[in-house]
Amino acid sequence: MSGLDMAIQGGIWALEILAIAVPIALSVAYITYFERRIIGWIQVRKGCNRVGPAGLLQPLADGLKLVLKETIIPARANKMLFIGAPLLSLMPALVAFAVVPFGETSLFGVWETPHIMAISNLNVGLLYVMAISSLSVYGVLMAGWASNSKYPIMGSIRSTCQMISYEISMGFGLVTVMMLAGSLNLTDIVHAQAGGILHWYMIPLFPMLIVFFISGCAETGRTPFDLTETEELVSGYYTEYSGMWFATFSLAEYGAMIMISLLTSILFLGGWYAPIPALDIIPGTVWLLGKSAFLIFVFIWFRATFPRYRYDQMMRLGWKIFLPWTLGWIFVVGVFIYTPGLDGIIDFWLAWR
Amino acid sequence: MLKRAFKTWFLWELLIGLSVTGRYMFKKKITIEYPEEKTPLSPRFRGLHALRRYESGEERCIACKLCEVVCPALAITIESEERDDGSRRTTRYDIDFTKCIYCGFCQEACPVDAIVETHEFEYATETRAELYYDKKMLLAVGDRYEKQIAANLAADARYS
Repeated sequence: MSGLDMAIQGGIWALEILAIAVPIALSVAYITYFERRIIGWIQVRKGCNRVGPAGLLQPLADGLKLVLKETIIPARANKMLFIGAPLLSLMPALVAFAVVPFGETSLFGVWETPHIMAISNLNVGLLYVMAISSLSVYGVLMAGWASNSKYPIMGSIRSTCQMISYEISMGFGLVTVMMLAGSLNLTDIVHAQAGGILHWYMIPLFPMLIVFFISGCAETGRTPFDLTETEELVSGYYTEYSGMWFATFSLAEYGAMIMISLLTSILFLGGWYAPIPALDIIPGTVWLLGKSAFLIFVFIWFRATFPRYRYDQMMRLGWKIFLPWTLGWIFVVGVFIYTPGLDGIIDFWLAWR
Repeated sequence: MLKRAFKTWFLWELLIGLSVTGRYMFKKKITIEYPEEKTPLSPRFRGLHALRRYESGEERCIACKLCEVVCPALAITIESEERDDGSRRTTRYDIDFTKCIYCGFCQEACPVDAIVETHEFEYATETRAELYYDKKMLLAVGDRYEKQIAANLAADARYS
């Protein structure tokens, strides 16, 4: 490969990364806006509608405020870890998007074969996502430790515990998807669900969809599981953070929320396929983003509805309910695949036979 | 038993909760957007104080000092003198709004309806000194809101 080719390839990669990272940052800003509006509506309020038309400039004002605020680093804190922690939690949240296929397009017939709209169409995509999202635990742990204060360390220990516990049931939930799709490639998993709503994995794997989504809530520390940032812990591991570093943490949290929504749509809700094949004339990306937007709405809806779990309840749910259910469902799917007579039922969803 | 198990495993109560919040999302909102919209105020609303005049322009206050006596926060200071025509009038009538607790006792005590409380409540200031009202300022408030004050007193008259 000549130098020019490499330069062009690098430029294309940079553009691809920008084309995903910038919309993510923007959608994080507007998810915060819609979160405030929707929670307001549910509480019979109007929500923020003062800044700009219908309050649409509110995220910009918030962002500006956070940038202009003083960054306070506690005197006894370890400065390098303290600043490294938010970066380390933001990095995996953004990097995980590299393998997400946002749809496939032939650019309205310009290309002969449809191209997958992903930075990298990795054949171990699912594994990559799981590995990367586990890394965000380090940011949380580092934030708690570096703050050199009692509440952050308590919060970060709780967060770490929660993330590790729920990652297990999440991982097992994904194993069932893998068993049906026969692939770890996210594109292949979507392709395996082609052909209308009956082919989506939410039909044979409905309990796994619920488990995966609720585990996602726990993984991102969203409301029923936000006991790591409770009042009693003075907002947990980011007690000592302010200004831009605090914003970095919330960017990571909301980024993870988008990621979970995208993953749930891809794995269980048929990715970029329409519920009825006739509706596939609408571009797939629209379907995928629509499904994800609905799931993000469900996240917000949960937040406005459910009170917080207690720590022991959270652990009980993760270990005593989700883990047996996911293991049980793996067993059930396995039995259905390999028992003669029963495999006729599951063949409808089985992509690899 | 069976019903309970069904409700547990199908997350029944959670769905009920979600449906309640979902319905509330489309309800009419009760927010009042304050600077543009305001809640209605009772005729008895106790806001900024005012000193009133008769229609002739003569001030009502006769310096009986009942309000000064009744004021539980000691916010009112009155000094009085005999005027040239022989009537007793105040030379000084100060209300310290940093002390006032807006109890309305002064209004109740006043035998000639001179000191009253208006509907005005948007008089926040940047300095403390601006909240020490003297007689001239109180009379000016009265002149400004006379119509409103009279209407309120008329509306409340049948209850007092």
